[in-house]
Amino acid sequence: MPRSIQNKSDRLIGKDGIRVDGRRLDELRPIKMEVGILDKADGSAYIEQGKNKIMVAVFGPREAHPKHVALTDRAVLRCRYHMAPFSTEERRSPAPSRRDMELSKVIREALEPAVISQLYPRTTIDVFAEILQSDGGTRCASITAASLALADAGIPMRDMVAACAVGKVDGEIVLDPCDIEDKNGEADLPVAIMPNLGMITLLQMDGKLSKEEFERGLNMAIKACVEIHGRQREALKNKYLEIERSMEEYGGEEQ
Amino acid sequence: MSATPQLSPIAKMERRTLIDLIESGKRLDGRSPFDYRPIKVRTGIIEKANGSSFVELGKTKVMVGVKVELGEPFEDTPDQGVLTVNVELVPLASPTFEPGPPNENAIELARVVDRGLRESEAIGLGELCLIPGKKVQVIFIDIYVLDYDGNLIDSSALASLAALLTSRVPKYTVKGEDKIEAKGEDAPLPIKNYPIAVTAAKIGGSVILDPSYEEEQVMDARLTITVDKDDKICAAQKGGLGTFHPSEVDSIIDRAISKSSELRSKLLEAVKAGES
Repeated sequence: MPRSIQNKSDRLIGKDGIRVDGRRLDELRPIKMEVGILDKADGSAYIEQGKNKIMVAVFGPREAHPKHVALTDRAVLRCRYHMAPFSTEERRSPAPSRRDMELSKVIREALEPAVISQLYPRTTIDVFAEILQSDGGTRCASITAASLALADAGIPMRDMVAACAVGKVDGEIVLDPCDIEDKNGEADLPVAIMPNLGMITLLQMDGKLSKEEFERGLNMAIKACVEIHGRQREALKNKYLEIERSMEEYGGEEQ
Repeated sequence: MSATPQLSPIAKMERRTLIDLIESGKRLDGRSPFDYRPIKVRTGIIEKANGSSFVELGKTKVMVGVKVELGEPFEDTPDQGVLTVNVELVPLASPTFEPGPPNENAIELARVVDRGLRESEAIGLGELCLIPGKKVQVIFIDIYVLDYDGNLIDSSALASLAALLTSRVPKYTVKGEDKIEAKGEDAPLPIKNYPIAVTAAKIGGSVILDPSYEEEQVMDARLTITVDKDDKICAAQKGGLGTFHPSEVDSIIDRAISKSSELRSKLLEAVKAGES
């Protein structure tokens, strides 16, 4: 169980600059990514970031249904961010909340610039993100996993989108806040970028930051996104290495 | 589920002309890139509301009604009043608005305005607690978009603040453990901060402030920065299908900080003039 914060005098960062979960201020949580985990989806990915557990499936490009949602000059990208009822401390209703609706929109807008949707007019590309367990920073982890699932589906992209949040806790700018830091922090700044193009595709903030803190936080998040981008490429490669390995085994049996 | 929106076909045809114009530093309505359209603020127009305002930003018209009721606090904040922001994109406002429950645009708009007010601690919610854990005052901010000509975030944030500044709420006395009684008099809301939202749009290679409807139709992306009275940033939101370079974000923050103080003085002046 996470340590609960009884009153404001409880500090989340020790004098040595070490955080509740033992991380340094600019340290990411352990991340595990896996690609192609679902059989029926055209593309899929699984991500664990801290205690976050998120599964993303991509279907498409496929015929738009109903037809009137189609656009004549590009594919329609559709996104659903959804939290499982058991993903949080208290059970949450499976009906989409206002928060879920906003996050579905900003996640879609974070992915749109990467997907080369002009190649598939009159179709839809559907991205479904299910938060199985939530531990702060789920929208960013969803974006990271969604890019992997899109790549796994073979959808042409300008770059993979990588995302990470920074927060302000006990007056310090910290990378990748966990649940306790997120809930008790003074600010939250989720960022997504296309690292090869150096462009920001998601930027939100709530809390209170000076201009200097905002810009320092943004730079810290961008640096972390570059690191996450490397891990995404690794995860994608791993899938094909595994296929290659199993092909070799299969081939060996045939002779 | 959130889906790629359809852009109006006229915008597609006029797109290039409009982008060329803006890239040459001009705009359709003759404004400079960082000019706002004329702002008109009226307050106290709905007698049955605790506070109200009608804000015009160019041809965009937004009405806000504030209603204050008694209710229960949230479990995690037993000693704080409750703030609720809701947006109605009324079908009067645009041929593209349809009746029905709030869509993702209405929800995003409400949540961005909410974040600005909440994170800047614009309302002293602690002063709205009557009996901790049991009875607090609940503030409903209902944003009514009546004519949509672009930049709903900034106009809604201005209208919300104007309505809050002119709201009057009943005073109560606490009698015993869980009984309260209306005093029969009212007081202004405890307003502690004045958050101002400044929205920038990126069109072609240029950045402009306060995009009109046509400009929103051709923009790549928008970025809203909400700034409080101490020049602290209390909310940010990127929207749209495009991207921003980090250097563009930095310069938009600078613009937002200087523009917000200009808009804040204008709003406070207008509210003051309306009260006298």
